[in-house]
Amino acid sequence: MANRRPIRWHIGVFLAPAVLVYTAVMIYPLFNTMRLALFTEIDQQRVYVGLQNFSALFGQAVWSDAFWNALGNNFWFFLIHMLVQNPIGIGLAAILSHKRLRFAAFYRSAIFIPAILSFVIVGFAWKLILSPIWGIAPSMLDMVGLKSLFAPWLGKEEYALTTLALISVWQFVGIPMMLIYAALLSIPEEVLEAGECDGITGMSAFWKIKLPLILPSIGIISVLTFVGNFNAFDLIYSAQGALAGPNFSTDILGTFMYRTFFGFQLQLGDPHMGSAIATAMFAIILIGVCIYLFGIQTRIRRYQF
Amino acid sequence: MSKARRNPVNMVAAHAILITYTLIALFPVFVILINSFKSRKMIFREPLALPNADSFSLIGYQTVLKQGDFFLYFQNSMIVTVVSLFLVLLFGAMAAFALAEYRFKGNTLMGLYLALGIMIPIRIGTVAILDMMVQTGLVNTLWALILVYTAQGLPLAVFILSEFMRQVSDDLKNAGRIDGLNEYTIFFRLVLPLVRPAMATVAVFNMIPIWNDLWFPLILAPAEETKTLTLGSQVFIGQFVTDWNAVLSALSLAILPVMILYVIFSRQLIRGITSGAVK
Repeated sequence: MANRRPIRWHIGVFLAPAVLVYTAVMIYPLFNTMRLALFTEIDQQRVYVGLQNFSALFGQAVWSDAFWNALGNNFWFFLIHMLVQNPIGIGLAAILSHKRLRFAAFYRSAIFIPAILSFVIVGFAWKLILSPIWGIAPSMLDMVGLKSLFAPWLGKEEYALTTLALISVWQFVGIPMMLIYAALLSIPEEVLEAGECDGITGMSAFWKIKLPLILPSIGIISVLTFVGNFNAFDLIYSAQGALAGPNFSTDILGTFMYRTFFGFQLQLGDPHMGSAIATAMFAIILIGVCIYLFGIQTRIRRYQF
Repeated sequence: MSKARRNPVNMVAAHAILITYTLIALFPVFVILINSFKSRKMIFREPLALPNADSFSLIGYQTVLKQGDFFLYFQNSMIVTVVSLFLVLLFGAMAAFALAEYRFKGNTLMGLYLALGIMIPIRIGTVAILDMMVQTGLVNTLWALILVYTAQGLPLAVFILSEFMRQVSDDLKNAGRIDGLNEYTIFFRLVLPLVRPAMATVAVFNMIPIWNDLWFPLILAPAEETKTLTLGSQVFIGQFVTDWNAVLSALSLAILPVMILYVIFSRQLIRGITSGAVK
């Protein structure tokens, strides 16, 4: 090659800032956290202990009780989102996507509002509304004659986690709704008309034509929900505090990790154990994402219009 | 298309469902707002009544403005959000341009590397991030937050923007090159203005999570002078749990800025989501 191309410095200049910030603040800390999980602190000295932190986390009652509790709670939290948030979101989107529906833009914007509020607002607002002191919830139940059903839901061990999950569902229903709505709008009219010629209308058009076509979007929503739920923290922290009361019944991995590495009240912070929990969270999220990428996404049939 | 077109009953049912859900979505916000303008007695006596001449009171707002430094918190949130968004957009667009425009060794690999962060939450690395911020002395400064949010926003920004930049016509760029423009001018003068709609989408997607984040302000910048509005209201409300007027007013004040942002940007946000920018 007679004249070699000159080094194109501008490519480096364009890439450098993003790659540097991303690597330094996201990727490096991620791996450093996994490395820190292999150490512990003895007499203010950092000592390498291999996988001891993990064996303590999974097997030693002091840690493992809290860990499995948080993990179980986290799965329940996720399950409620999958079973309540996503079906409601799909249902609302299906109704919204009727071509002749009036005020669709208004409904869409209004239903999305909770999703833009911070967890702090949402947590406290629901805490006040469900509070037995204020009495909004009991008096509203009274109006429909169901007052006997009222309980201080956030204060009872058996209801608190489900209540919080439902609050979170209330907040985020707008997101699956929007994504499914977009997917439904992209279904070409001809496909639906073809179905109509074959006598498939109304509900059966939804089940037989639209639903199979929006399956890829449902897959994406599921994995977004999964990742979001397994690093959730803010709502539980604002509503129940770092101790995730009552009696840790609302503890999820995020609050558990926060308490462990940052310390809380009488408990001293332990960054190494915190790193171990973070590593476990990372593994769980990675497994979830891989199941989606290799198990689900490749099997869903995609249609090109 | 469907029965609904012919069947008015279905349409009524559809509206009924949507109105019910809209009420469910707005009810808590509504209750908080109306009660923040009422006296303590009326908050408890008739929580669902609108404030009237008798029950109207601003005592909660007075307490909040006296006790909490909400203007400072607001200013911090503003600085963090605006600077992070600016950096996400600038760095993200630059990297996206490099990936979309040039063929070079490792292009695909670089794209994959940057896309990793779309699915991995940055919170996982918190322990090491805190460690790093303590060592560099950035802890309790707004820069710590800005850096974290910039890194958090970059993967999706690069991903979305490079999709859009591939659509910018090559003829335009080559015409620029023939006219003797260098690559930087082509990027800033020709390409950036053309991808402005995509930049707006990225900005709106990033804005709300940054503004609402509680985790990083709590861990990296909990000092009084660096509290963001979200953390500030969390701490304030925690201290005033029994002062219902103050709590309700603080919540209303925290709702206000996001609602204003939403009213301004909701079109952009909804268009961004529905145009399938995140697929």
